[in-house]
Amino acid sequence: MTAIPDQKKMTPTALDVDRLRQDFPILAQKINGHRLAFLDSAASSQRPQCVIDAVRHYYERDHANVHRGVHTLSHRATEAYEGAREKVRQFINAASTREIVFTRGTTDSINLLAASFGQDIEAGDEIVISHLEHHSNIVPWQMLCERTGAVLRVVPINDRGEIRMDEYLSLLGPRTRLVAISHVSNALGTINPVEQIIAAAREHSIPVLLDGAQAVPHQRVDVTALDCDFYAFSGHKMCGPTGIGVFYAKEEWLERLPPYQGGGDMILTVSFAGTTYNDLPYKFEAGTPNIAGAIGLGAAVDYLLDIGMDEIQAHESAILDYATNAVGGIDGIQLVGTAEHKAGVLSFNLDGVHPHDLGTILDHHGVAIRTGHHCAMPVMEFFGIAGTARASLAFYNCREDIDQLIEGLHLAIRMFN
Amino acid sequence: MAETQDLVTLYRQTVLDHSRQPRNFRRLDPADRTIVGHNPLCGDKMTLYLNIDQDRIEDLAFEGTGCAISMASASIMTEMLRHRALDEVQHEIESVIGTFEPHGQDDTPIAGAMAALGGVRAYPSRIKCATLAWKTLAAALQNQNTTVTTED
Ligand SMILES: Cc1ncc(COP(=O)(O)O)c(C=O)c1O
Repeated sequence: MTAIPDQKKMTPTALDVDRLRQDFPILAQKINGHRLAFLDSAASSQRPQCVIDAVRHYYERDHANVHRGVHTLSHRATEAYEGAREKVRQFINAASTREIVFTRGTTDSINLLAASFGQDIEAGDEIVISHLEHHSNIVPWQMLCERTGAVLRVVPINDRGEIRMDEYLSLLGPRTRLVAISHVSNALGTINPVEQIIAAAREHSIPVLLDGAQAVPHQRVDVTALDCDFYAFSGHKMCGPTGIGVFYAKEEWLERLPPYQGGGDMILTVSFAGTTYNDLPYKFEAGTPNIAGAIGLGAAVDYLLDIGMDEIQAHESAILDYATNAVGGIDGIQLVGTAEHKAGVLSFNLDGVHPHDLGTILDHHGVAIRTGHHCAMPVMEFFGIAGTARASLAFYNCREDIDQLIEGLHLAIRMFN
Repeated sequence: MAETQDLVTLYRQTVLDHSRQPRNFRRLDPADRTIVGHNPLCGDKMTLYLNIDQDRIEDLAFEGTGCAISMASASIMTEMLRHRALDEVQHEIESVIGTFEPHGQDDTPIAGAMAALGGVRAYPSRIKCATLAWKTLAAALQNQNTTVTTED
């Protein structure tokens, strides 16, 4: 056991984490004889009982297809599904539910934009992304560039893992059609200066997509205040079900953009002479949607708002400070990603122990972390490493989780030296 | 503790020793065959160099980076197979891949130097680390001068 000295300056956590942890049945189990220290929420968070119950209740009592039946169950299912859309709207402060498109997740949302917006892209047009992006905010744009002859421009980062704003500004020009950048990096935890990124793009009238997969679960996000054109996120990283996500777009964009997929629900009338598309947001929701997923996501939104996003952010930030000092203080540890503004992600390497081996040893100690490239190979390439070990936080993490991580790291050091 | 025992079985001294100081860890120049083995899930990447003299492996060496299991496995493999006849080598490859692959839960003892890596069979997610070098060699013997990955 390693004792970690208390930091006096640490803000006292307002959250009653012990009580919150009881909402998560999965956290109560033992892994390899140890309490579970779940430090992999950036890959996917866990779900509280209320989300599990909402999905279950829906299937037990209310399920039918939405938007098309006159019977009671169809009415209930539609109310619940559309109710979830309103919850999401409030959660990110969109102007209208017409701007909230349910998708399968962040990846699907970005592909929607690439396919739809992409129809208007021509050879020589430029799409600006950053070196920090998750593969899902790289590959759809590469595919679009291949299809159209457009050019992908990549904003470089510095060795703390921060976007180089000077380079960003110089990349914006008359050929730039879109800026697509992560709000928070999943590999390093860097919080990007999205306000400045958007403001600079505005000056050139360039629309901005933010990949908010790692932001929405951890801080208050207000798309109206941000004034971004598009915003994408996933349900499963914010205590909601898998297979549900959100594509937010300003209404004027959704009016202009052509539909993504064709099928039922996205039309008003179909004849062989032609088809009229449905109203927003349904124009972008072809086929029977993930109704249960949306309802579960609505329950997750209620749950998070009940705790308070500012409280969540403050708590995670305190735990991150604690973890950064404790892990960073171990001999032979290199922290990867040391941005000034960071969310709850700690990426690191330990001398002489490959991340993959570290992952196995920590798992033995009940500690779940992710190892590898975190779907951000260009970031790893930038730092000249094959991968990192990554501990990532959610509000249900406590100091005990970090202490257990530290014990596991010492176990690895003992075994390998 | 029992769990720690499992770990100690996985990371035996022999394994740690091979991973820290891999044998035949160098480039062969010229080499009859050069092939890259890649495990994209964890970033392990090794280049295998092979010189063949009639129907024998005359020299076998590798370079690259990877976890302790994949490095030890490659190191042990090069020691086991240098100067061996190609038909024996083929047999060894099949036998090693066969003992590691089925479900990783098999208790049948592993013959030869690869026995040191037997602990891997209790860790299904690590089997690919143990077999990467062997699969790469198998592809090299089939004269594929490409990249082999664990993900297909
Ligand atoms: C920053 C970021 N973008 C996009 C994604 C992709 O999300 P999903 O797999 O839910 O579509 C992730 C998930 O790992 C992410 O962290």
